[in-house]
Amino acid sequence: MSAHLNVVGQSVARSDGIGHVTGRTQYTTDRTFPGMLHLKMARSPLHHARIKGIDLSEAERVPGFVRALTAKDVPHNRYTILGLIGVEPEEEFVLAEDRVRFKGEAIVAIVAETEEAAFEAVSKVRLDLEELPAVFDVEEALKPGAPIVTHWGNNTFMYEGHPCRRVRLGDVERAFGQADHIIEGVYNTSPIEHAPTETTGCIAVPEANGRYAVYTNTQALYFSLDNTAIILQVPGNRLHFIGGTVGGGFGGKVDVIVEPIATLAAMKTNRPVKFSYSRSEEMQVSSTRSAWRIYLKDGVTSDGRLIARKVTSYADSGAYSRQTPYALTKHAANAAGPYNIPNVSIDAYCVFTNRPPTSAMRGFGITMASFALEVQMDKIAERVGVDPWTIRFLNAYRNGDMKPHRKLAEDATLIETMQAAATLVGHDLPDEFKAMTSAPRAGSHVEGR
Amino acid sequence: MASTIVTFEFGEREVEVMVRPMTTLQIVLREQLGATATKDGCRQGGCGSCIVLVDGEPVMSCLLPVEDIAGRRVTTLETITPAEGLHPIQQAFLDSYAFQCGYCTPGMVMTSKALLDHHPDPSGDDIGEALAGNVCRCTGYRPIIRAIGVAAEALRESDGEQPR
Repeated sequence: MSAHLNVVGQSVARSDGIGHVTGRTQYTTDRTFPGMLHLKMARSPLHHARIKGIDLSEAERVPGFVRALTAKDVPHNRYTILGLIGVEPEEEFVLAEDRVRFKGEAIVAIVAETEEAAFEAVSKVRLDLEELPAVFDVEEALKPGAPIVTHWGNNTFMYEGHPCRRVRLGDVERAFGQADHIIEGVYNTSPIEHAPTETTGCIAVPEANGRYAVYTNTQALYFSLDNTAIILQVPGNRLHFIGGTVGGGFGGKVDVIVEPIATLAAMKTNRPVKFSYSRSEEMQVSSTRSAWRIYLKDGVTSDGRLIARKVTSYADSGAYSRQTPYALTKHAANAAGPYNIPNVSIDAYCVFTNRPPTSAMRGFGITMASFALEVQMDKIAERVGVDPWTIRFLNAYRNGDMKPHRKLAEDATLIETMQAAATLVGHDLPDEFKAMTSAPRAGSHVEGR
Repeated sequence: MASTIVTFEFGEREVEVMVRPMTTLQIVLREQLGATATKDGCRQGGCGSCIVLVDGEPVMSCLLPVEDIAGRRVTTLETITPAEGLHPIQQAFLDSYAFQCGYCTPGMVMTSKALLDHHPDPSGDDIGEALAGNVCRCTGYRPIIRAIGVAAEALRESDGEQPR
């Protein structure tokens, strides 16, 4: 078969390789345009505050100042990135209106002739802010009396009217009563910044035909185009987005943050406008991976069968949704792990706090669940008195098993992956595990398929 | 503050630029000379994507006021790239797949050049030490280290007949 494959199994030169080793690859901010202006952002120095006033009089006197943009200049200022796939409500602001909800939230965009002038003018924007109590912990945010971050009155994303994403299979409480061991654990993970070497940025350029060319290092070109069209209330065909070369993304460049405001500035000035994050903006303001707190309670029989798993998990979305409600849904679908467990209950909360918004990063809601679950599996093995391989082979899911979110398992490969891993590390498995496969069990939903 | 004129060697040619005080070499290369192979990752000496050679020594161009290099020679990825083909270090990076997003590559190649100019046969420790200031956030360090070994061998075989 390999004789018919032209690429699989071969080393193929990368089409962008020569550009990368010669430095001729053109990244977004390697471009420059005649008359290009620079946009810099005046941001909130506080985690949570009411905006009582904005004084631009000193900023406007900085030589090279061109103009400032505030919330009232943005045609559709309140949006949510996932609105394109029907996620509601619109809740994030291109520029803050009456309140800032995280440290670094954008308030005033300054456009100037040079980058230095833009920085100088930003430093002269006078903000009159009234500090409000802030909340930084997911469980604190759910307590009565906690500061409310959102505009709808509680601190959770609402899933079909519920404060959490719920998954139910069987009856966990009854199964806990039948279990020989009850094993509990709580697992915390930190936010992680993608820290791409090239910072997030774009350049918006008025074209002669009334369109705007937007050069951007987004990982999500059409997401950015469509959201920009909504925010600026222009037809999509007036926007010409040019991407493709990304100097590191890892999920950190799927949010639509720089393009709408840079394009608006290009419209208002009829000149090219560059908006590129500084390193400190990339670290403080751009989305991170969410911090998670995951509680697990497992019921296990004396021979190591997992008969019940209860998961309560909290994703810290920060001040706004971005992609986290979606990450949490993926998390809920996978939070019981690749195991065949007859009784499962999952409550997964997407919680808002006054930390910077969190969003996509590699693994997207799953990686943190895997961390918690696999540490928990080792704990279970220790309690039951079997080795870590055994506990996983005994409980591994197979094709045709019903997963907690009522999807039949297809293309299960856990057993085969563990067998291959054992071979690679020179671990001799018992014959019964060597003989195991992911083929459907007798009597399963897909038997004989 | 008044601008001043600074003259330096950029590869084989002499350039003259007018700069305000404390303008960095990185900004001059990218914005005045259009030499954008030198990258802009942090402007605080933290990532190494802007490394160039000044009189053969690797420096972070984002930290260097251009007045400080008056009369000295600056070598960048552009100036070591032959009119046709590739420098052996570039060829080794290409053949070894020593990049993912490519943003750190110019700094990596320039650091490698400084290393190999001084140590034609570097040990693994020498390579590791040389790369200590270069971040690859895609974390592809192993192919980069391999590429430097391949380049060292190619340069030794060609006996220094390559562009400096």
